[in-house]
Amino acid sequence: MDPANLKFTRSHEWLRLDGNTATIGITDFAVEALTDLVYVELPEMGKLLTAGEIFGEVESVKAVSDLYAPISGEVIEINTALPDDLDALSEDPFGRGWMIKLTIIDTSAADDLLDEAGYRDHCHSAGH
Amino acid sequence: MAYLFNTADDIRSMLETIGVESIEEFFEQIPAHLQLDRPLDLPSGLSEPELETHLRELAAASHGASSRVCLMGGGVYDHFIPAAVDEIASRGEFYTAYTPYQAEASQGSLQAFFEFQSLICQLTGMDVSNASLYEGGTAVSEAVFMAMRVTKRFGRVVVLGSLHPEYQQILETYLGGLGCQLDVIATPDGTADVQIVRDSLDSETSCLVIQQPNVFGALEELESLCQAAHDVGALAISSFDPISLGLLKSPAECGADIAVAEGQSLGIPAQYGGPYLGILTCRSKHVRQMPGRLIGQTVDRHGRRCFVLNLQAREQHIRREKATSNICTNQGLLALRATVYLALLGRQGLLDVSELCCRKAHYAAERLGELPGLELMFSRPFFKEFTLRYHGDATELIDRAATAGFDLGPALGRFPRLRESLGEAADQTLLVAVTEQRTREEIDRLVESLAATPSTSAAPQTLSKPA
Repeated sequence: MDPANLKFTRSHEWLRLDGNTATIGITDFAVEALTDLVYVELPEMGKLLTAGEIFGEVESVKAVSDLYAPISGEVIEINTALPDDLDALSEDPFGRGWMIKLTIIDTSAADDLLDEAGYRDHCHSAGH
Repeated sequence: MAYLFNTADDIRSMLETIGVESIEEFFEQIPAHLQLDRPLDLPSGLSEPELETHLRELAAASHGASSRVCLMGGGVYDHFIPAAVDEIASRGEFYTAYTPYQAEASQGSLQAFFEFQSLICQLTGMDVSNASLYEGGTAVSEAVFMAMRVTKRFGRVVVLGSLHPEYQQILETYLGGLGCQLDVIATPDGTADVQIVRDSLDSETSCLVIQQPNVFGALEELESLCQAAHDVGALAISSFDPISLGLLKSPAECGADIAVAEGQSLGIPAQYGGPYLGILTCRSKHVRQMPGRLIGQTVDRHGRRCFVLNLQAREQHIRREKATSNICTNQGLLALRATVYLALLGRQGLLDVSELCCRKAHYAAERLGELPGLELMFSRPFFKEFTLRYHGDATELIDRAATAGFDLGPALGRFPRLRESLGEAADQTLLVAVTEQRTREEIDRLVESLAATPSTSAAPQTLSKPA
């Protein structure tokens, strides 16, 4: 997956829009900052998420970090293979490392998210 | 910790540094009406010899379990403590409960906690034990919070009325602040009626808390109760007596998801108010919701065995307000005592202690039950402790026994939370616990002295149990 086609949050999640379905994961930058991943917890099917709401957590040997929904919607698919294959997340965060898919009503809300250049600037300026 | 006092010179130099003349002038910034205008109402200091005499007098006024015959129960028991427990636990290397924040620098302590966890897992059959909590009551509360996080059901907790009333009280205090409903199911027969428990559980219930043996000493139908919890998707929490596991089925075999205990019986003296030892164990799948420290075994870069803190990222100093618990330390010194105790006893030793307690308790129950005015409150199987009903006020019987050098109790009338289960008999009931330390001769003497001393209560009458 080419990051140029994705939208980003300042909390390091990415989002890809296909019609009214959004695929969500965390960025290569986040994965690198977390170091060795040991655990990921994803939400249940059918859960209604509001933009900014915590939908799961990812744990590394260093820290446990919350995952924030970039957009509002209902969970319609979960990457169930991911908890047992964290390498997929480390090696291919924008592809095999996807986490959840949401059905969203207001697709225009994605316009408020960062594009790739904006996100890279944010990572840079945050002094990382 | 050293006591460092300020000399007159110290005080003068500090006042000079900040540029005031006197302590009084320093305190002038506090409004006069808020200042105390008289000396504190404290007795004057004692000299060292006077202090020593005073403390010796206080100590002489106390009676320890060793100078009397202790048959007291209610969560703390007079089990034998081998001398090696004190010897090892008082070594300077171990004589602190704390590990530094770089815990791996204390390999010896970590190894002791790792051994503790391993022994507790063997004892309970559970997959994981943490490195201990403060004591049995908070362990029950922590288990309940864990169950709420695992089931994501934050609104309702169900406990049996036969759970230790002080554990109930601790839980109530915690849950009061969380807006969670706590339902207590009374146990008028001494143990829970499984069908009544089933009917009271629902799909909103996070967990069912069961004490085994319960506060009355009686044995619950633990397996059926755990099953009842599972049938509504709730977790089953068992609060067990470690010594009882020499004879009874383990919490894991009975289906408990989280098993907790007061570990005082494992080499820790019965001392007023503690410190005691909280034990918390669970199934592997719930380990990420487990509070407290968890020690793991690994190898260093040279391939040598070493010990580390596991899942530390969930603890308070890293995860802050989202930590699994506000407890991120342990009862290291007391966990060490339990470790030494269990290691000394071994599997056979624990079985022997367990069997002795059980046989002696049944002998005592039989003899005491033959006395006029005394009977067993419940006709349920029990382990080392049982509830007696006296025809008068239970405290009167306790006082009579105390005069003869025997300590019984506590009287159950002092626990308001047990009244629903005990009914009108509440003030007539008391606990008696018999450990492996008691002898047949002591039990016979207790029975004889109670038979010989006159009761101040009304003449023996026929006892009727609450319906």
